[in-house]
Amino acid sequence: MASPDAEAAPPTEPERWRDLDMLLSRPGNLVHSTFDPSPGLRDLIGSFVEVLVVGAGGLGCELLKDLALSGFKNLHVIDMDTIDVSNLNRQFLFRIHDVGKPKAEVAAKRVMERVSGVNIVPHFCRIEDKELDFYKQFQIIVLGLDSIEARSYINSVACGFLEYDSDEKPVQETVKPMVDGGTEGFKGHARVIMPGTTPCFECNIWLFPPQVKFPLCTLAETPRTAAHCIEYAHLIKWDEVHSGKPFDADDAEHMQWIYSEALKRAELFGISGVTYSLTQGVVKNIIPAIASTNAIISAACALEALKLVSGCSRSVSNYLTYNGLEGTHIKVTEFVRDTDCLVCGPGTLIELDTTSTLSEFIKMLEEHPKLLMSKASVTHEGNNLYMQAPEVLEQMTRQNLSIPIFELLKGASLATVHVSGMAESNGKKVSSLRKLRVAFKGLEEASKMDTTESS
Amino acid sequence: MAAAAAAVEPKTKYDRQLRIWGDQGQAALEKASICLLNCGPTGTEALKNLVLGGIGSVTVVDGAKVEQADLGNNFLLDEGCLGQSRAKSICSFLQELNDAVKAKYVEESPATMIDTNPSFFSQFTVVIATQLPETSLLKLDSICRSANIVLVAARSYGLTGLVRVSIKEHCVIESKPDHFLDDLRLHKPWTELKQFAKSIDICDKDAVVHKHTPYIVILVRLAEKWADAHDGQLPSTRQEKREFKDLIRAHMLNVDEDNYKEAVESSYKVSVTPGISDDIRQIIDDSSSEVNMSSSDFWVLVAALKEFIANEGNGELPLEGTIPDMTSLTEYYVSLQKIYQAKAESDCLAMEHRVKSILKRIGRDPESISRAYIKTFCKNTRKLRVCRYRSMEEEFSAPVLSEVQKYFADEDSCFAMNFYILLRAVDRLAANYSRLPGIFDSEIDEDVPRLKLAAVSVLTEMGLNGASLSEDLITEVCRFAGAEIHPVAAFIGGMASQEVIKLVTKQFVPLMGTFIFNGIDLKSQVLAL
Repeated sequence: MASPDAEAAPPTEPERWRDLDMLLSRPGNLVHSTFDPSPGLRDLIGSFVEVLVVGAGGLGCELLKDLALSGFKNLHVIDMDTIDVSNLNRQFLFRIHDVGKPKAEVAAKRVMERVSGVNIVPHFCRIEDKELDFYKQFQIIVLGLDSIEARSYINSVACGFLEYDSDEKPVQETVKPMVDGGTEGFKGHARVIMPGTTPCFECNIWLFPPQVKFPLCTLAETPRTAAHCIEYAHLIKWDEVHSGKPFDADDAEHMQWIYSEALKRAELFGISGVTYSLTQGVVKNIIPAIASTNAIISAACALEALKLVSGCSRSVSNYLTYNGLEGTHIKVTEFVRDTDCLVCGPGTLIELDTTSTLSEFIKMLEEHPKLLMSKASVTHEGNNLYMQAPEVLEQMTRQNLSIPIFELLKGASLATVHVSGMAESNGKKVSSLRKLRVAFKGLEEASKMDTTESS
Repeated sequence: MAAAAAAVEPKTKYDRQLRIWGDQGQAALEKASICLLNCGPTGTEALKNLVLGGIGSVTVVDGAKVEQADLGNNFLLDEGCLGQSRAKSICSFLQELNDAVKAKYVEESPATMIDTNPSFFSQFTVVIATQLPETSLLKLDSICRSANIVLVAARSYGLTGLVRVSIKEHCVIESKPDHFLDDLRLHKPWTELKQFAKSIDICDKDAVVHKHTPYIVILVRLAEKWADAHDGQLPSTRQEKREFKDLIRAHMLNVDEDNYKEAVESSYKVSVTPGISDDIRQIIDDSSSEVNMSSSDFWVLVAALKEFIANEGNGELPLEGTIPDMTSLTEYYVSLQKIYQAKAESDCLAMEHRVKSILKRIGRDPESISRAYIKTFCKNTRKLRVCRYRSMEEEFSAPVLSEVQKYFADEDSCFAMNFYILLRAVDRLAANYSRLPGIFDSEIDEDVPRLKLAAVSVLTEMGLNGASLSEDLITEVCRFAGAEIHPVAAFIGGMASQEVIKLVTKQFVPLMGTFIFNGIDLKSQVLAL
């Protein structure tokens, strides 16, 4: 693959990367089977590997630093947030004068300033705003997120690329590994996701406990704690007084209003403990955060990314939990894939007649018990079959609705199709992306042979 | 604009961590002075986390000049620093991270400082010693022990590393465990609680009142009913506990009464063992509870606690005073809260009297321990922790052999145990050959058996043979050759900084034992040796 000249080329900056090269250029016994140690391995990683860091906050800042100092030279970072003062106790790439600026842009700039030779492309936008092709370019995606929904989304995108061969084995070229980290106070986790081999985020979604929700009757009739009074003001009283006007948790005046209403209610019921700090914490669901836990978890994630890409050592198999409250508890659990997983599995099988139209297919998705997806957009091998939005695309693809989907899929007897829309999950409507295997019933032998030739 | 921002800054900037350790914890951090030995990436990362959190001051001791290899693993150094003092360069970046922190440096090799100026360390709250070989570490440990300074040793070495805390004794009042049973005293309700429970008709015909009777009341009443029918005894056998649950259910008017469901779920609380736990018993029976003039405030409080238990406490600790949320009418809940608070306050008052008289007796000012401190102590008596650490000298000369063998034998800890031995062996070899094993490609094949020999001799001194050593790991350690890989250094440095925070704030429980990092499969372990 590499030309003889390329192999003979001396490694760049060997003195600078002396320590890292010990791992990358020397053979070992406890390494990955694909490990090919050489002085040039670091440069190969630097030249050819593109990594996406999702999130430029507590974990993201640490990840960018760790990856930049692990031989990765092509990084992208995506984050829709701007810098807040409360970030400064741990998001070390930001200073007080950066408050208000986009995290991704400042983080990228700071790391590039300090680590010469590294290129970081920032993306100040939502992860949903990127085309699927954007995510396809990366060899590995490292997540430093703070929400289940965001993780679920990236997971479905990465697993959406996964294809299976006729033996139901994952096709290696379509596997897009992810390393996912999360922290909360003194606790955290780091995991490696190899779609098709290890469990994906959805396979083990039960690992994340459901959020605490107070029953409405407690808030409305029998409050007992300060949090009840706060949530009453936030979830009930606000709408009563400001009907229509949405509550903005980042607006200090809105928060102040909630606080004073909560105080009034607390006084009424003889409940103590309502403070401004607690009000913010409850309304914004603030998760306490410190630099050390973020540093630890990010370091574990970056190390796993380095090992995955280079093969210089084994990978964690596959889920690490960390708890620093009492001494240090680190546990590695080997979770197992859910072979029926809707996201990383071979895809929910949908059987159709060759005469079913695209419009009928879309309708079917609403009722399908495993999908319950409404307002679905459909793509096949990168082509938009029907897009619900934006308006211009909707108009362009509208004509496809009345065409049999068998035709749109170029007459293949079995095809992988991606659908995205709104699905129901735990009583909430969430944006969802799913992979489907569409199989057509009642095909003649002859037409089957035709299709294999044409594809 | 900038001035206003700076004024609002401290409280808002530290908001996310204040929610963990509170204003007092933050104040302790801001008063602390930390000494770092060696500012390679491991030490630098440890300090970075502390500086971000607002530590009082840091002093970096390092005699090296910045060289090319530092640029490949240390984020706080760049090309502009080449050739300059490493300690100075690190300090200036740290200062930029948080200008409220005082960052100082001494251009001196830590080994020389340890040998020639041991009294230097007495000014610090904590010494973080990174990348120190065993000989220096042992000397430093002894210096810190005599001066009663906390020592945190950290080291990163290829894909392995260690963190070890060393201090004679560290007492924790606010250990803040994750899950801990409430202190409800359902098995021994005091007068006011009994009276309140009696004042409520648990068979109230009003359906709303019936389903909003708090489970504390239900359980106090039904426990009494049970005891009356069972010779004053509370449910203890599995059969009895089941029957007690049935008794509770028999009082339900219909299936959707959440308060009764909560009562059934919490019914086991009626059967708790009365009195104090073994852990607390051990603390109050400790010889340090025989206090004198030089005793710490913690032990004075323990002495008062011992007296309290034998007198006002009637064998029980001071009441913690809070109750968990439960389905209830607001007025019942608030009344219960007040009853628990009142008893906690009266227990605390009794403790205060005892503390004052003990202080007088040992010749100290009776006002020298604040009411706030006593109150915090009273709320946490069930969760007290006394951490005592063996010196490194003791650990090396007399390790707990049964534990060593157990760690070697267990699949989840045998890599860690191997690394522990190999890290010690590496230092021995370095002493003999003036270099770390595996540093030179040309010698790596000879270094592997040399390292094995050194490891075997470490084990032999401990009274064990080398049979459990892993050939693969010996080879790996030679492969590492002391390399400081940034993500590993960041992990170890992160852990070291976290331990410092726990030790300085005196909240949560610090590491007990030697933490060994295993970057191969991340199965890291704490070895208690």
